[in-house]
Amino acid sequence: MTGSGTNPLRDPQDRRLPRIAGPSGLVIFGVTGDLSRKKLMPAVYDLAHRGLLPPGFSLVGFARRDWENEDFAQVVHDSVKEHARTPFREEVWQQLSEGFRFVQGDFDDDDAFERLRTTVEDLDKVRGTGGNFAFYLSVPPKFFPLVVQQLKEHNLADPAGDSWRRAVIEKPFGHDLKSAVELNRIVHQVFEPDQVFRIDHYLGKETVQNILALRFANTMFEPIWNRSYVDHVQITMAEDIGIGGRAGYYDGIGAARDVIQNHLLQLLALTAMEEPTAFDAQALVAEKIKVLASLQLPADLGRHTVRGQYAAGWQGGEKVRGYLEEEGIDPNSGTDTYAAIKLGIDNRRWAGVPFYLRTGKRLGRRVTEIAVVFQRAPHLPFDTTDTMELGQNALVIRVQPDEGVTVRFGSKVPGTSMEVRDVTMDFAYGESFTESSPEAYERLLLDVLLGDANLFPRHQEVELSWQILDPIEEHWAAHGRPEPYTAGTWGPRAADEMLARDGRSWRRP
Amino acid sequence: MNIDLTETTSAQINSALVGARRATGTPAVGMVLTLVIVTDEGNHYDALKAASQASKEHPSRILVVIKRPGRSPRERALARLDAEVRVGNETDTGETVLLRLHGELAGHAASVVLPLLLPDAPVVVWWPEDAPENPAEDLLGRLATRRITDAAACEDPVGALRQRATAYAPGDTDLAWTRITPWRSMLAAALDQRHATITSAVVEGEEYNPSTELLALWLANRLGVPVERTASPGPGLTAVRLVTSDGVICLDRPNGALAELAVPGQPERHVALKRRTTAELIAEELRRLDPDEAYAHAVAYGVERLAPAGSVETGAPAAEAAVGTEAAGAGAGKQAAPKKRPAKKAASGTQPPSSAQGS
Repeated sequence: MTGSGTNPLRDPQDRRLPRIAGPSGLVIFGVTGDLSRKKLMPAVYDLAHRGLLPPGFSLVGFARRDWENEDFAQVVHDSVKEHARTPFREEVWQQLSEGFRFVQGDFDDDDAFERLRTTVEDLDKVRGTGGNFAFYLSVPPKFFPLVVQQLKEHNLADPAGDSWRRAVIEKPFGHDLKSAVELNRIVHQVFEPDQVFRIDHYLGKETVQNILALRFANTMFEPIWNRSYVDHVQITMAEDIGIGGRAGYYDGIGAARDVIQNHLLQLLALTAMEEPTAFDAQALVAEKIKVLASLQLPADLGRHTVRGQYAAGWQGGEKVRGYLEEEGIDPNSGTDTYAAIKLGIDNRRWAGVPFYLRTGKRLGRRVTEIAVVFQRAPHLPFDTTDTMELGQNALVIRVQPDEGVTVRFGSKVPGTSMEVRDVTMDFAYGESFTESSPEAYERLLLDVLLGDANLFPRHQEVELSWQILDPIEEHWAAHGRPEPYTAGTWGPRAADEMLARDGRSWRRP
Repeated sequence: MNIDLTETTSAQINSALVGARRATGTPAVGMVLTLVIVTDEGNHYDALKAASQASKEHPSRILVVIKRPGRSPRERALARLDAEVRVGNETDTGETVLLRLHGELAGHAASVVLPLLLPDAPVVVWWPEDAPENPAEDLLGRLATRRITDAAACEDPVGALRQRATAYAPGDTDLAWTRITPWRSMLAAALDQRHATITSAVVEGEEYNPSTELLALWLANRLGVPVERTASPGPGLTAVRLVTSDGVICLDRPNGALAELAVPGQPERHVALKRRTTAELIAEELRRLDPDEAYAHAVAYGVERLAPAGSVETGAPAAEAAVGTEAAGAGAGKQAAPKKRPAKKAASGTQPPSSAQGS
């Protein structure tokens, strides 16, 4: 009697109907934290506003704070009002707020987890969530083992029937290969590997997803996307802020572990990988793993890796402190706030093409970009003086801010007899598409609820990334200290020298 | 920046556009389409306002064609083009040109519009009120990849739907269809869950609201069961009831904003289902520019084939126990029911002649 199987109202030709998550709920651990208030709660509201959450969707907060459901609702309300991307609408709020619950407790408190279980069971009855829950661990990594163990012990991690239970974890995924393997082992004991979603919010960004569209939906880029035409690739993620209130987390971790291990190596993988056989999680992971596995460290780590630490200076008209003077930082700290490394990829497409990755805090401005720099033309039929100002052609994918794609090429200067100068051709998202595209967390949360793992790094990728970074970190630990650089500049001089040795220079993003 | 041009030509308008762009310092703009709005002096303000808001999501060149054929023979004999070029205003992201076509020129709008279309970019024509009988054959409609009409703005909305069905060409779409996307997506989501077989359905909404008919047509076409359309005071669509052997799946929106979803065996839940502004509708329309086959199938199903009033029994939503038994009764006769009903309908004689031929 039950009409299961295909839904008669769904039609692949009917492209207006959006993907709506099935009945489900989201449990956030560490719900009082910054990430939860600034990103997760607004993302949940924005999804509801766009009509992408199922009726009955429920949000459960778990934290130490002594709150009632109403207090929790008020906090969500304030965070939505302040941070949501879409306008506040009463009826959307009403739909959402009926499903808010708060569970008070510590992570080692068995009673609290019992209460969480009854809350979840109650939601199945009252809101029809169907036993489908995602557990978002927005907590420091040292609590991961405890929380997943508690979920297991209180029967929260085992789905009944055809329902699902998923775990969502945030970086850092360990601090070296050993700890990453251990963390994965602990989580996989409780949740199936394909039910664990690792958030790398960069992968939720439209511009990052567009790398794949740019490369594999067009014909004009892929033919030159190889060692025959590409001279080198620069991947930059620069921040203008210091460490702010993250001293406890950041000191001892540093820029390379914080950013290169996850974001930059993921961007590298997407830029360099071969075409996947299909646009699904399995095929994408297979290609990304191939690239990460063929990454090659430079022979001389001392000459081709650089680390730095910001010193006091002026940043955008504001006097700022140096890293060692920041609150809560050991004045002798050897933590890197800037890291630049050179990597090679040992395969037919990329052999001999260096990939330069750099990241840092308190740099010139906040920017993330991937620049594919092409070789010079093998022969120029012009006089050398005519092409003095001609640089290398480049294709720059601007990930944030001012998302878009820039192409740099030479053009004749009008009026002169023949003088060629670099010009840019620009594509900006803001000009051609929606003024405000979905936030990364919106996309990623929806994908978690839909069970779509395309945009989430798998544990193999995490482990491969650590294999690359571990030798560099070991080398740094054994040799010297990070070179200081003035806040507000583009990093230590050693980084410029590193590229100068190869006859190249960093782009000014 | 506004530039007024009187007694002008398309070529002069083009150079005014280039000049305005240079002057505002944005020589390269990423406009993705040309939107042509065909309207009259009385209605162009609202339509342009909606289109300008939508252009925040889809930067476009908006050409507003305002026809002023004139009342006296002398006015009709004259042909004059006046234009107003707006570039770089805060309200819209692209470029806007208001074209006033006086006298004989009102009949040759395509000749003015053609030179002003963006190169390569798709063209969308929108008739906010009176659409031509056959949009794809209209001289302006022929330039377009997408033709947007609005049956709700017609004198006879249901008649307009019939006309759309006969004249349909790939690329046609209607705002009455756009308005029901949230309803359709919520109903589809409800049926994503396990549910008993649906035996019939009722769509309830304001009279003279073609969206109600379209939703009923879509359900009838997709589900293959009798669907009845009933009238309510509104606003707009007020309820959809899908009758299954387990009870009624009901999506009820009495106030035009917050709806209640009731599924047998599950708790009742609230769903935000707000009526949307024209700007939001246009923005949705411009998101995909390929032919909308789902609309084509729904509108082609034929208004005549909807079940006559009173033929589908759902009972009042309040009397839930009664609903259960009635629905169970319907479920028992489910095999025969869908086949019988069209015959009964044809015999009822309340349908226009065309329905007898159709069924």
